[in-house]
Amino acid sequence: MGRVNASGGAAFHERLKASSDVASGPVDDGARPPSRPAPEGASAMGGTAEPLLVMEHVSKAFGAVRALVDVSLELYAGETHGLVGENGAGKSTLVKVLAGVHPPDAGALRIGGREVFISSPAAARDAGIAVIYQEPTLFPDLTVAENIFMSRQPLRSGRRIDSRVMNRRVLELVEPLGVRLDPQRIARGLSIADQQIVEIAKALSLDARVIIMDEPTAALSAYEVQRLFRVVETLRASGAAVLFISHRLEEVFGVCQRVTVMRDGQRVLSSLLQGLTSDDLVRAMVGRDVVEREQRVGAQRGDVVLEVDRLTREGVFVDVSFQVRSGEIVALAGLVGAGRSEVARAVFGIDRYDAGEVRVGGKKLKRGAPVAAMEAGVGLVPEDRRLQGLIMELSIGGNIALPSLARLQRFGLVRRSAEHRYAEEWATRLSLRYGRFSNRVSTLSGGNQQKCVLAKWLSRRPRLLIIDEPTRGIDVATKSEVHRLLVELAEQGVAVLMISSELPEVLRVADRVLVMREGRLVAEFSHDDASEEAIVAAATGQADKVAS
Amino acid sequence: MSAVMGAVGELNEDTSPRRIADLIFRVRELGIVAVLVVFVAVTALIQPRFVDSQNIKFIFTDAVIFALLAMGETMVVLTRQVDLSVGSVLGLSAYLSSNLFSQVHGIPIVAVFLVGLVIGLACGAVNGAITAIARVPGLVVTLATLYIFRAIDVLVVGGGLVIASTLPSGFLGIPTASWSELSSVPYLTVVVAILVGVVAYCLRSFRAGRELYAIGSNPDAATLAGIPKGKRIFTAYLLCGGIAGLAGVLWAANYQTIDSTAGLNYELTVIAAVVVGGVNIFGGSGTVVGAAFGALLLTTINQALYVLGISSFWDPAIDGLLIVVAISLDHGISVRLTNALRKRNLQHET
Repeated sequence: MGRVNASGGAAFHERLKASSDVASGPVDDGARPPSRPAPEGASAMGGTAEPLLVMEHVSKAFGAVRALVDVSLELYAGETHGLVGENGAGKSTLVKVLAGVHPPDAGALRIGGREVFISSPAAARDAGIAVIYQEPTLFPDLTVAENIFMSRQPLRSGRRIDSRVMNRRVLELVEPLGVRLDPQRIARGLSIADQQIVEIAKALSLDARVIIMDEPTAALSAYEVQRLFRVVETLRASGAAVLFISHRLEEVFGVCQRVTVMRDGQRVLSSLLQGLTSDDLVRAMVGRDVVEREQRVGAQRGDVVLEVDRLTREGVFVDVSFQVRSGEIVALAGLVGAGRSEVARAVFGIDRYDAGEVRVGGKKLKRGAPVAAMEAGVGLVPEDRRLQGLIMELSIGGNIALPSLARLQRFGLVRRSAEHRYAEEWATRLSLRYGRFSNRVSTLSGGNQQKCVLAKWLSRRPRLLIIDEPTRGIDVATKSEVHRLLVELAEQGVAVLMISSELPEVLRVADRVLVMREGRLVAEFSHDDASEEAIVAAATGQADKVAS
Repeated sequence: MSAVMGAVGELNEDTSPRRIADLIFRVRELGIVAVLVVFVAVTALIQPRFVDSQNIKFIFTDAVIFALLAMGETMVVLTRQVDLSVGSVLGLSAYLSSNLFSQVHGIPIVAVFLVGLVIGLACGAVNGAITAIARVPGLVVTLATLYIFRAIDVLVVGGGLVIASTLPSGFLGIPTASWSELSSVPYLTVVVAILVGVVAYCLRSFRAGRELYAIGSNPDAATLAGIPKGKRIFTAYLLCGGIAGLAGVLWAANYQTIDSTAGLNYELTVIAAVVVGGVNIFGGSGTVVGAAFGALLLTTINQALYVLGISSFWDPAIDGLLIVVAISLDHGISVRLTNALRKRNLQHET
């Protein structure tokens, strides 16, 4: 308890100011700020003092999905602690538990030696925990100062807001961070980096001692990342505990002193970063058994079906070129946010693109016209079947027949019986388990809903099937059914472009693996060269070190 | 120390985006005034009678009730809600309050105003309570109460009618009383102008006022900031209702003949004034001063059409056109503003 807790409130601010000379000094153009040994936390990290925040055996499940399993974590004052893991490893859930968004099912939380229960975002705030999200939620119409001090504005006589004091206090908060921010400008139009600074200033104004940054750098430019690193370093040096979540391992090595690796909802590694290599982290992140591959009978490659040529959408993806042949399954791998789904949406014509070309069967596709793509024989099974793939209020038969209504109509009318006949064939082929075709599609299980989306597109006999996260949230048995189905389709000559964040799935079914990182295609692996380590390394930007 | 100096230096540089923002927002309200001035000038050129003191007085008298309602509505709209029941509340209050003069002999005028206020507050409380507690969108709630309050009005009034002869002359004189016969600005206009100013100041300078803006600007962020959303929205509806109640009493004094159709369909006109006055219909920005000017502008236009001999058939069309112009303008401004501010950011970085 003692020393850590005693330094709250004003004292914390004093130290923040004292450390400002370091942070607002000349800009360090190097790739990373020097990670000096933590002045305050140095002894703490040795284990002699108590950590500022302790998570003990915390578990959290959503239905059958166990998002966090017996996770323990210690954060010390004066350290920046990296948290890494693959997509779905449980990082976000951990953040939400600490932020009070999801109360844990089991386990305890202690701050400064005292047990706390964080049941709401307000409780987290009162406990001194602040979360800086990737995209903060601000009041766009209000000023920066109001955003920071909303409902806590300094008052003058008659309980009126004292804007002058409020604006000055913003400057006092922001100045030690070495960042420029006008307290009186409205928040609309602030860059994401500046929005994060507003959130950090708010955290400081609340005397937050634990500052969690959930992938703060994902949407920042290189310059902004450097600025954020300096801010993080200032916070750390002033005695805060920073939990820094990032997919980019080089950033973790750049700002953190310790690191925790999560995999499948569990903590697999917690240690000082010193002495670790990025290979070690990648291995810890992956660390699964090798998956068996789907047996392919005749992997006959036919003609090129899809040609994507230098496709660019400003700020989203750049210069993406690849081909998919008939009978081939090509996987687009990469981290969430790397631009994979966006490429798929652009190919199908949902989103526009700024440059480049998409050809299907040699013919150029019109931009931004899904109907043209459908006529050319392209089907898209989107990532979120509930929002994008199905109309939940509509019947099962109606959903399956929906993209084919033009074929089923007679004199502009579609008969229910024709719809059902049409749906039946594919429901049988995909062994869809349903009650009646007229039941709402929302009554089906996740796996059967996914089969519905598949039936909807397969019934159009596409030449090219784009499928985004084909098995997200469906049970293991249906998963392998879907995998087998994809392989069957390929054997029948359909070209399949699959986007998947699950590496075992990618390795199981894909003939070729393309890896995207930050909007670019960065690597390509053949079926035989692909390995989890190589893909993760390419996706996190460690390719030069791991892959050859 | 040098770091502090540096920061201050940078700050001066940094104020320019705010200046752009400030200017545009000021221009937004100046814009309405400019349109108003141009409109009055053009009309006066064609028909000088338009600017004689009698006609101006008429416009002010009419606009005052309208501006009051727009002010109340603005408080609700700022929170990303809407009050569709103001016309019905006005009608109910107008009849029930003015009818008291014939029911209770010698009742003081102040008491009648109090009754109108209480009726309005009660209606506002119903709207606010359902919206805030049951978390039903205010649009739906007040769509229902629009009909319910009107139905109550019709039930109470029946075939009844309040006519001028039952009302004391002191009451009838309230909307038009002024310093002298020749003055074109009635007392009431000044009182309402001051009231609008005071409310504008409160919305700007008190936490609760800023919280109305915050709720409308980003409801999720408002929850995270610990703002008592329900309480604030309730208060906004309560005040809007109370103001509509007062406006009802003034309506009775001004129009002098009250049946169950008083204020019928008035709610949309009020919302039109609010939008024309630069209040974002999705909340978060705008001022009651702007809304009051919006009301004045719409009244002026209607009166100008009358003076110019153009059929009042065109009134709704012109109101509609103004709404489209106002909304397009707002959208254009906000897009440009965002771009201007973004460009600033980029310049800072490079």
